Amino acid sequence: MFAGDSGDGIQLTGGQFTNTAAQLGNDISTFPNFPAEIRAPLGTLAGVSGFQLKFGSVNIYTPGDDCDVLVAMNAAALKANLPILKKGGVIIANESGFDSKNLRLAKYADGINPLDDDSLEDYLVQKVDVTKLTREALKGSGMGQKEIDRSKNMFVLGFVYWIYNRPLEKTIEFIESKFSKKPELKDANIQVLKAGYHFGETAEAFASRYEIGPAPLPKGTYRSISGNQAIGIGLIAAAKKAGLELFYGSYPITPASTILHELARHKDFGVKTFQAEDEIAAICSSIGAAFGGALGVTGSSGPGIALKGEALGLAVILEIPLVIVNVQRGGPSTGLPTKTEQADLFQALYGRNGEAPLPVISTRSPSDSFETTVEACRIAIEHMTPVMLLSDGYIANGSEPWRFPKSSDLPSITPPFAKAKTNGSDENYLPYKRDEKLVRKWALPGMKGLQHRIGGIEKENETGSISYDPDNHEFMVKLRAERIEKIAEYVPKQELDNGPEKGDVLIIGWGSTYGSIKTAVRDLLAEGHQVSHAHIRYLHPLPSNLGTILKNFKRVLIPEMNMGQLVQIIRSKYLVDAVGLNKIKGMPFTANEIKNKAVELFND
Amino acid sequence: MATTETNVAGSENIKLTAKDFATDQDVRWCPGCGDYSILKQVQTVMAETGLLPEDIVFISGIGCAARFPYYMETYGMHSIHGRAAAIASGLKSVRPDLSIWVVSGDGDCLSIGGNHLIHALRRNFNMNLLLFNNEIYGLTKGQYSPTSPAGKVTSSTPYGSLDNPFNPLALSLGAGGSFISRSMDRDPKHLREILLKANQHQGTSLVEIYQNCNVFNDGAFMTFTDKATKTLSTLFMEHDQPLIYGENRNKGIKLDGFTPVVVNLDEGHSADDLWIHDETDKLKSSILTRFFKPYEDETSLPRPFGIFYREDRALYEDLMAQQIADRKKKGDGNLDALLSGNSTWEIK
Repeated sequence: MFAGDSGDGIQLTGGQFTNTAAQLGNDISTFPNFPAEIRAPLGTLAGVSGFQLKFGSVNIYTPGDDCDVLVAMNAAALKANLPILKKGGVIIANESGFDSKNLRLAKYADGINPLDDDSLEDYLVQKVDVTKLTREALKGSGMGQKEIDRSKNMFVLGFVYWIYNRPLEKTIEFIESKFSKKPELKDANIQVLKAGYHFGETAEAFASRYEIGPAPLPKGTYRSISGNQAIGIGLIAAAKKAGLELFYGSYPITPASTILHELARHKDFGVKTFQAEDEIAAICSSIGAAFGGALGVTGSSGPGIALKGEALGLAVILEIPLVIVNVQRGGPSTGLPTKTEQADLFQALYGRNGEAPLPVISTRSPSDSFETTVEACRIAIEHMTPVMLLSDGYIANGSEPWRFPKSSDLPSITPPFAKAKTNGSDENYLPYKRDEKLVRKWALPGMKGLQHRIGGIEKENETGSISYDPDNHEFMVKLRAERIEKIAEYVPKQELDNGPEKGDVLIIGWGSTYGSIKTAVRDLLAEGHQVSHAHIRYLHPLPSNLGTILKNFKRVLIPEMNMGQLVQIIRSKYLVDAVGLNKIKGMPFTANEIKNKAVELFND
Repeated sequence: MATTETNVAGSENIKLTAKDFATDQDVRWCPGCGDYSILKQVQTVMAETGLLPEDIVFISGIGCAARFPYYMETYGMHSIHGRAAAIASGLKSVRPDLSIWVVSGDGDCLSIGGNHLIHALRRNFNMNLLLFNNEIYGLTKGQYSPTSPAGKVTSSTPYGSLDNPFNPLALSLGAGGSFISRSMDRDPKHLREILLKANQHQGTSLVEIYQNCNVFNDGAFMTFTDKATKTLSTLFMEHDQPLIYGENRNKGIKLDGFTPVVVNLDEGHSADDLWIHDETDKLKSSILTRFFKPYEDETSLPRPFGIFYREDRALYEDLMAQQIADRKKKGDGNLDALLSGNSTWEIK
């Protein structure tokens, strides 16, 4: 765990360590955790920025649980993160971050310095005066003190590399490219990185150095990927597979903005990104693009999705392909912009006026985001419907190894285009005539003879003409629901992720609880329990065989980072006495929390 | 639709008529509504443009005017309140080939959709934005709108409206609009002329159309149509021509510094002294948009109609395409390279 002031370069330090660990074939999983304010007051608890990283030779599914090493750049970083450090863990503390001012800001009592008293005796404390050593290392470089102090994160990184016996090459390459136009900064950062590394060596900081071998991941070629990056790449891949232009209309919002950043870079794929004037224009421009025959996509987080609600209803009644990404964060309202939560499931399912059903699917991890995104696009295009893709801040910012596919292995996507008229018949085009999937055709402006009008007012089936007829309205409401339900016939059935087909407890999850549940179930199975794990990607419509799976277990446990949303749906739809495990702390579950709850159910 | 057959037969020069742009839908506006005239002129102009029906898209929001697309035998979308300009922006981004017409009312465009209006204008997509201004909310039964005069007594303001009205054209010019114009439902010839010019203009063309709501706000623009007042209260601007109006074209506008002054040509002033209208002069155009006070008597500044301002500036969709073309000069994106990223490792 790297922790310090939000201006300390913690995220960069953590990111670099991640890349290096990945290069060596370690299984990695990360969880950046930074304050909402770009620069909260220095030294305060509110300003603590953290980057939690788990890596090792056993499969890692979650960065959570407790960490072995805490790098604390100041007193506040120590105080904020000590609760998640394992007893007996290592604390690397930057001494100058524990001066009287920092101690006061971190709200330690007068005269108390945790580095000097006995309060940390359960831990192995390694004091390093990073600030001073960094200044020493760059003495005579001609740089100002402020600039010098900014590179102290590199000292820490070098030091940690030494502890974990990691090579410096990747980070040196990174520094060289980042500062290619500023040779003095490049040299300084490399010098400090090396100084930290050498300091570890010279000071013999730890008697034994950590050595972590490669994890037994399946064979293949891997890269490291973050959740939002995977969504961006997934959108490009899906557009290419469908032969469509990709249009992404979006308004900046944490933690979804990096999808926009990722896509804006890829003009070589013809991606059109549009930073709209607001959330509503973002989705409306995407609807316009979809009307014109592009893959229209918009992305946001909960508050932005709320603003898009009316336009989402329009997309539903138009029956137009559209992908809406919700990278969830803590709510309600502005809530916790930089913390994670799964509390937008009900919003995704029901957050529109009228009966406005649409498919909802969720990604479970950074690397899973790619496949899930391609799947969201496939459903949107082939079924002519808006699709909500749920991710969250934890997945968006976390990264893990990804055994990426070949483009030729990706599923093909077939847009249901209408055919322009060639026979010159006088018949009016029927924009809402449907095939056996109840899907209408996608007739694009420019197609001869297919001129038609679509809109948000209730329409007659087939003709699309405005209709206020009572029977027609009931018919159309049911038809729109039926055609979405029908999608369950065109997606894979639910499978168990782990465990026997019948047993005592079934743990059902969705989204980013995947890693914690998987770890918990693995441990429980090893302990001889009859427990299984099903992780639901298709939240609406639910998989057609889910009811059968539920019947094979005595108890059903549904851990969620909300007050219990999926559990309510499962209880009402299948009439099973499913139990929720709920955490609303803006933080992911630890495997232990899930394990303990499951054990409770075994003993019930 | 005989024309379709003829097109198929291969004659590209077939002349479409206004009728070819009418749908089989019953037009549902109140009898006597100004929208009927606008619909007729738009259909006539569509035929004159030489555009094919399949290459035209009408997009509307909510309001009486918003029913418009259902009456046009083109592609169309009747969307949600205020958002037509945003939808059109996305459509134009991916389909620069289409002729896009946004139909909006004063509530739709200036109140709930005000944000999209100003941003569409500054971005300058090549599309046409028709603002049907009747100074009232018709569909919701007669509440005051952002263009209703202060003090307006309506169902939601029984003691009079407190709101200062928008000056839509000053607002549009301020937002960076590249084509600012005004016409009215009661002057079909002028309206057709402005619509044609709006269509020819490369950029977002704003056409404010004074439209009479004979049910909830009858006679809002009567000053400009009534025989007794119209010649003194209206000024039809022509590019490169002096600003002359009046019953016998005996009145003109002179600029005294930055102040416009009404002068009588029969009282010693010659046409040579008058303000010569220059549609490309932004500063003077902004003065013209400020001819906005209600007409009182013959010393009042008349309400201008015609093109206030036009400028050629880059189109958003062109810039968007250009960035992509520039990037693609260095090579098209390779999906497999994107999937693998820059650094990979093997697990054996």
